[in-house]
Amino acid sequence: MNTTPVRPVQTIIFALLVIGLIALALGGYLTPLSRLVLNPVVSAQTWLSVRFQALQNTIAAPQDLARLRQRNSEMEAEVSRMQTEIIVLKQQISETRVLSALVDFARVQPENRYLAATVIGRDPSPFLEYVIINRGSDDGLRRGMPVVTQQGLVGRIAAVTADAARVQLITDPASTINVKLEPSGAQAVIRGEVSGEISLAMIPQSAPVEIGDLILTSGLGGNYPTNILVGQVTGVRRRETDLFQSASVQPVVDFNQLEIVLIITNFRPVDISPLVPTPSAP
Amino acid sequence: MAIWIAIPILGILLILQTVVASQITLIHGTTDLVMIAVIAWSLQKRVRTAWQWGIIGGFMVGIVSALPFVVPLISYLIVVFLAHKLRQRVWHIPIFAMFVTTFLGTLISQAIAVISLRFLGTALPLREVVLLITLPSLILNLLLAAPAYFLFGDLAKWVYPEELQV
Repeated sequence: MNTTPVRPVQTIIFALLVIGLIALALGGYLTPLSRLVLNPVVSAQTWLSVRFQALQNTIAAPQDLARLRQRNSEMEAEVSRMQTEIIVLKQQISETRVLSALVDFARVQPENRYLAATVIGRDPSPFLEYVIINRGSDDGLRRGMPVVTQQGLVGRIAAVTADAARVQLITDPASTINVKLEPSGAQAVIRGEVSGEISLAMIPQSAPVEIGDLILTSGLGGNYPTNILVGQVTGVRRRETDLFQSASVQPVVDFNQLEIVLIITNFRPVDISPLVPTPSAP
Repeated sequence: MAIWIAIPILGILLILQTVVASQITLIHGTTDLVMIAVIAWSLQKRVRTAWQWGIIGGFMVGIVSALPFVVPLISYLIVVFLAHKLRQRVWHIPIFAMFVTTFLGTLISQAIAVISLRFLGTALPLREVVLLITLPSLILNLLLAAPAYFLFGDLAKWVYPEELQV
C-alpha cells in the first residue's frame, strides 16, 4: 500500500487553511466570529477574576487594614503636630505685633531707654494690683522705675529681686500719680480703686474739664517722667460745695491683657522727702 | 517627709495662684489655693504637720505678695488653729468642718489684709470690699473646698499609711 503521497497533501491542505484563516483575520472578516467566541470567554474570565480578587482582598485585608490604621495614626499625629505648630506660630505672630508696637513706641521717644519684660504673674491678693515681670536687678532694674506699654502708663517697679520684679499698677488702691489734663493743663491726681479702675481727683474747681480730655503725667513729685499718656476723661463730677472736682477715667492700657511691658531704665525717681517741710517741734 | 512635700506642693499651688487663679476672677474676687490646701491638710485625721504647712504656705505667699510679709503668715496660722479646733468638734462630719473653716478662713484672712492695708495708709471702702472681693472670693473658695479635702485626704493616706494590726 502506498501512503506517502497522502501525508504531504494533508499538510498542504492544513497549511492552506491556516494561511486562509490568517488572511481572513487580517482582512477583518473573522471579527464577528471572534466576537462570538471570545465574549463568553471574556465574561467567564471577568467573573473568575472578580471573585479571585475578592478572595485575595479578604486574605490581604487584615494587613491592609493594619497598614491603613497605622497610616491613619501617623497622619493624625502629623495633623496634631501641625495644629500645635500653628498655635505656636500664631502666638509668635501676636508677640511680634506687640514687640513691633513697643519698638515703634521706643523710637518715638528716643530720649528714654527701654527694657522689655514679660508679665509672668499677678499678686495673689485680690486687694492689690501688682504684676510680676521676668526681669530683675541682674538686668539693671531698680525700684521706682516707670513701666509703660506702647499705649501708655502701666505703673512702676515696687520691688526687685535678681531675676524678677513686682510692678505696682496705676489701678492699685495705694497708687497716686500726679497728672495734668490736656488741653486745659489743669493739675490733678490719679488714684487707683478697689474695683480695678482709676479716678481723677483734686481737680481745681476753676479748671475746665471736658469728657474726652487726655490725661498725661505731669512729672510733679518726681516719680514719673512727664507727658506719658495715662487715660481719657469719661465723666466729670462737679459740685459747688466741694473743694475739688473729680472725674472718672478710662485708662489707655488694658490691664487684663498685659503681656509685655517696657521699663524706662534711664529714669530715676526723685526723692523729695528732704524738701517736704516737717512740723517744727514745740 | 510630710514637711518636705509641703514645699513643692505649696510652691506649685502658689505658681498656679499667681499665673492662673489670679486671672480667673468672679467680679474682683479670687480663690486662695494655698490657704485651701493648708486647711484641707490640717483637717486630715492623721496629719501632724499642719502648723508647718501653715508656716511654709504663709512664708511663700508673703514673699510673692505685696502685702506685708507677716499678713499671710498670721492668716494661715489662724486658719490652722481654726481647723484644729473644728476637727475636734466636728470630727464625724469632716467635710462640714472643711466648709466652715474655708468660710471663716476667707473672712479672717481678708479682714487681716484690709486692716493691715489701712494701717499702711490705704483705706479701702468696706462696702466695695465686701461686695466686689470678699463675697465672690468666698464662693470661689467654697467651690474648691470639697475637691481639695478629698485630694489631700488621699495625700494624707499616702504620707501616713495606715498601720495594720496583726
